Amino acid sequence: MLKTINELNKQLGKYKKDILLTWFFCVIETMCEIAVPTLTGWLVNLIKGEAVCFFSESIVIWGPSTEINLSRVFILGGIMILTAVLAIITGILAGWFAANAACGIGHNIRKSMYEKIQKYSFNNVDKFSTSSIVTRMTTDITNVQFAYQMTIRASLRAPLLLVFAMTIAFIKSWQLALVFLCLTPVVGFFLLFIANRVHPTFVQIFNTYDHLNQEIQEDVAGIRVVKAFDRQKEQNEKFSKVSLFIYKKFVKAEAMIAFNSPLLQLLSYTSSILICFLGATLIKKYGDSFLTTGDLTSLLTYVFQIMFALMLLSMVYVQVIIARNSAERIVAVLKEEPDIVSPENAITEIPNGEVIFDNVNFHYFSNPDHNVLKNINVTIPTGSTVGIVGSTGSSKTSLLNLIARLYDASEGEVKVGGHNVKEYDLTALRDSVAVVLQKNVLFTGTIKENLLWGNKDATDEEIAKACDMACASEFINRFPDKYDTMLDEGGTNVSGGQRQRLCIARALLKNPKILILDDSTSAVDTHTDATIRGYLKNEKPEVTKFIVAERVLSVKDCDIILVMDEGEIVAKGTSEELYSSCQIYKELVDTQLGGGDFDVAN
Amino acid sequence: MSQTKRPIMADKGQMKSAIKRILGYEVKYFPVPFFLSLFCVIVSCISNAANSMFIGTIFVDDILANISDPDILSRLAMYLGIMAGIYLCGIVSIYFYNFLMSKVAQGTQKKIRDELFEHMQTLPLSYFDTRTRGDIMSVYTNDVDTLREAMSRAWPMLVSATFSIIVVGVMMFITNWMLAIIVILLTIPMFFFTKAVTKSSGKYFVKQQISLGKTNGYVEEMINGQKVVKVFNHEEEAIAGFNVLNDKLCEESTKANRYSNVLMPVINQAGTLQYIILGIIASVLLVYKDNLGSFEAMFSVGTVVSFLMYSKSFTQPIGVLSQQINLIVMAVAGATRIFEMIDTPSEVDDGYVTLVNAKEDENGNPVEVSERTGKWAWKHPHETGEVTYTWLRGRVTFDDVDFGYVPEKIVLHNVTLYAEPGQKVAFVGPTGAGKTTITNLINRFYDIADGKVRYDEININKIKKADLRRSLGMVLQDTELFTGTVKDNIKFGKLDATDEEVIEAAKLANAHTFISNLPNGYDTMLEKAGGNLSQGQRQLIAIARAAISNPPAMILDEATSSIDSRTEEMVQKGMDAIMKGRTVFVIAHRLSTVKNSDVIMVLDQGSIIERGSHDQLIAMGGKYYQLYTGNAMKK
Repeated sequence: MLKTINELNKQLGKYKKDILLTWFFCVIETMCEIAVPTLTGWLVNLIKGEAVCFFSESIVIWGPSTEINLSRVFILGGIMILTAVLAIITGILAGWFAANAACGIGHNIRKSMYEKIQKYSFNNVDKFSTSSIVTRMTTDITNVQFAYQMTIRASLRAPLLLVFAMTIAFIKSWQLALVFLCLTPVVGFFLLFIANRVHPTFVQIFNTYDHLNQEIQEDVAGIRVVKAFDRQKEQNEKFSKVSLFIYKKFVKAEAMIAFNSPLLQLLSYTSSILICFLGATLIKKYGDSFLTTGDLTSLLTYVFQIMFALMLLSMVYVQVIIARNSAERIVAVLKEEPDIVSPENAITEIPNGEVIFDNVNFHYFSNPDHNVLKNINVTIPTGSTVGIVGSTGSSKTSLLNLIARLYDASEGEVKVGGHNVKEYDLTALRDSVAVVLQKNVLFTGTIKENLLWGNKDATDEEIAKACDMACASEFINRFPDKYDTMLDEGGTNVSGGQRQRLCIARALLKNPKILILDDSTSAVDTHTDATIRGYLKNEKPEVTKFIVAERVLSVKDCDIILVMDEGEIVAKGTSEELYSSCQIYKELVDTQLGGGDFDVAN
Repeated sequence: MSQTKRPIMADKGQMKSAIKRILGYEVKYFPVPFFLSLFCVIVSCISNAANSMFIGTIFVDDILANISDPDILSRLAMYLGIMAGIYLCGIVSIYFYNFLMSKVAQGTQKKIRDELFEHMQTLPLSYFDTRTRGDIMSVYTNDVDTLREAMSRAWPMLVSATFSIIVVGVMMFITNWMLAIIVILLTIPMFFFTKAVTKSSGKYFVKQQISLGKTNGYVEEMINGQKVVKVFNHEEEAIAGFNVLNDKLCEESTKANRYSNVLMPVINQAGTLQYIILGIIASVLLVYKDNLGSFEAMFSVGTVVSFLMYSKSFTQPIGVLSQQINLIVMAVAGATRIFEMIDTPSEVDDGYVTLVNAKEDENGNPVEVSERTGKWAWKHPHETGEVTYTWLRGRVTFDDVDFGYVPEKIVLHNVTLYAEPGQKVAFVGPTGAGKTTITNLINRFYDIADGKVRYDEININKIKKADLRRSLGMVLQDTELFTGTVKDNIKFGKLDATDEEVIEAAKLANAHTFISNLPNGYDTMLEKAGGNLSQGQRQLIAIARAAISNPPAMILDEATSSIDSRTEEMVQKGMDAIMKGRTVFVIAHRLSTVKNSDVIMVLDQGSIIERGSHDQLIAMGGKYYQLYTGNAMKK
């Protein structure tokens, strides 16, 4: 726990001074606040005509008098007003710097995390999963920032208040202070006990919330199915069961939490009663010079301050346990080391598009016992067009991912342009290898902005050229805003086929030596698909092209076709060769021939 | 991203109506705990105020003033005994207040949540089709959540603070009306100060929330596309884009927090200041009390002590209120969206023709029976009081149907078609031609604008929607399964199905083999709506789900070529199997399906442009011929 907090505090950076200033002003503010009840006690003494002493009887400020001395009242009142004003000023300053510090650390954590994630390899990303990284960067940071906000001042103020108030009480009368000393730990213990008891229930509740949301999401997504099968009633019952569970757990937890304020009340009332009785007894026994009315009333006010301090402490404690999990998850992201980095003295020039797999084996980190690629040995001459077919799970994508070093081969060597990919500068390598991923995305912004990802210095002509080759210009030009058409998040406002064509154009703009199309035309109709392939063949003869496809038609005319099955290349050759020699390929062609595709242009 | 467009704070009118409505729920469903909790909070406020009064009026003025009396301690003991009783009442009632309040809040939460979900089930499909899932979900995840926060935390504080102000106010007037007026006068500037600060902090708070929404939206989008970022060496740009948003967020949230952090010390110390001024005024009054004539009796040291305490309990709740008000205004904005969904009108169902179990009489006509016979008939009550029965056969006809998702834009024109029981009708045509739209009309997901759709010669508007839909099976392209076992998912089609029936359906759908190979067979849990299965496998389960309900008619939406060929073949076989003997409407993507259909409808821009069998259409040499020769693969 402390390690986690330390790790996070490293993120404070320039905001360290804000924390120190917060604490500095906080100390002054708390001292002023602590002084007020004592000063009020003095005021009561003045009104009652009793002596005003500076804590011990020996330091008498003003002696007793038979009637109220108004000038003394004004002097004391003035001092009190000054104290209060000082408390306001320091309080505002403490709040000011606390805001800087809390928001600053939130800012720095966000920044460090995001920068770290940018250094992650695919492997690192897989380890956490994308959705978990998103949660860590949004909800978790918000939780931690909120915890800082709540605790920066309170973590200092609460113990200070407690200690100061206790000390003053002891100076005034140790007999009465014993009342505090005995009661406070008991109540403090119960408050912590409640917090500890309740926290697991809340964790349980929030997990159930996820479950409930999952249920709602499924219902919304499957509303056609629900309605078609007329299952509204059953869905409602399922929902209300989970909903009832949450309700019951909440009520149970709240029944515990509901003890918090009565406990604090119990503390303050019991102290009041005991102080009144003991105080009166002491005064009766030793006379009112031993304990003045003012002392007594100020002691009664300290009861409230101690109560307040305890409340703050339990709040700090609760905040810390709530934020603990979030903090740990953040630290895990910050501490994760990227496992693919550029080597020293890296080669920055990729000579050509030749690709060689030399005895390559590969497994994902999550499953080290299962090689998804086995004994891959293949040489692809530069400029050739390579088709890859095979059923889902035959590791076509895994194979291609090794070329741009999105993952590193577990064994063996992957060579591009005659060098092991590990010898290249990562940026240079990825600039030369354009990958159109299977799950490809576009980003919020105009079409042009998205295309510029490929080459930020591309001219309008170059962009138009790339779009021509990807058969994208025909529909872009039909949009009223053409290249300035806004795309929604994920490009959901264009059709799947259009999205794929934009992704291809974006990759072409990189002017790569190797182009990888991983099932990138599945939503494009067969005619357009063929046109794109034709352009690529004629206009980019020097580029090595890899085409993964479910449609045999898309790979039929490739120079080389690799047939993959369960992580191995089981056959290699042209379409004609494979049709006669490879059973898997033959089956594939036959089923697609028999069935055929009746998809029509979008 | 859509969240950022949603209003964060509620306006005055929304505040009023939403709070009224929430209170309505509380009073209606939890009247006893609700009013009991109000009683408790009053008791607890009184006991709190009694404490201040006791210390001033009794302890200081009576006990301490007469400390030399011999029996003073026993008198004190008696007072303390009474006070202990009052305190105990206070403690007990504060507990019950908290407990009851949370029970009411959680109970109301549950009511609203359940009602929201239940109501959502009844909404017409157009509601779901015109909104993103994210928008609908955020009502549950964000709005219901903020409402919960506000109702279980902020609301009880607000109520107890309000009552505390009232009770203390009354006590002050009882004790000494002159000092009471002074306290109130001193509180007024503080009240306005608080209001002003709260208002501006609210402004910054909204800015902060918008900024946070933007930053989180960016993170979500970019992290989801992280692999693309890597592939395009776009890390630097991504960081630069992030920094702009993050810096802005830091700036906005620092401002918002500075404001709210300023408020607390000022309010605390304003209380102290008030306390000091009160002390000074009281001293002056005490000095000159001999000149005040009849007021003399009103002033004593004890009264001043009591008032010093009162003024604290009078100002503190204002601080509490100011801290909670932003949360409440935000929650009400959420509540408004919740109620908006609850108030959206449900799907109308005025059908009266129902589906009943039937058996054959001697003439082969249907007779209604209560037990399951496996045979169904439409029960059709007429205005004359006569009831007729028609066998459920699966004949569907469209008669000059026009339809538009919005009235201004008709997307289907003059569609006329018929399908005899057992016939297979295939729809082909480009995306957007209206294939899916036609199927949406058969089961009345949408209602037609003009013309007639008949099912077994009955106008479908007369058929009860639930019964109409039960008689139509459906397998969609985007297969939606639910978290639960494989068996549960298949039984979704027929709740009382036996294990044997489940297996039989799975076998029919060609799904039995792969299900048997799953770790727990039919009892394998499908996590995240079947996310652990491949798309083809999910589709096979969906086919089994449709098969088990054994409907006379089916709507099938074939998958496009995104699954690999081997699985696709299995899916195909499954589809073929359940199509046998049923009236089938299929949105076809595969040549084999099209070829094997009895009738093919070629759609273009909302109209049927060609119809006939495969051979007839080829002979016609029109659009279908073009599609066929253009796309079919030649060896």
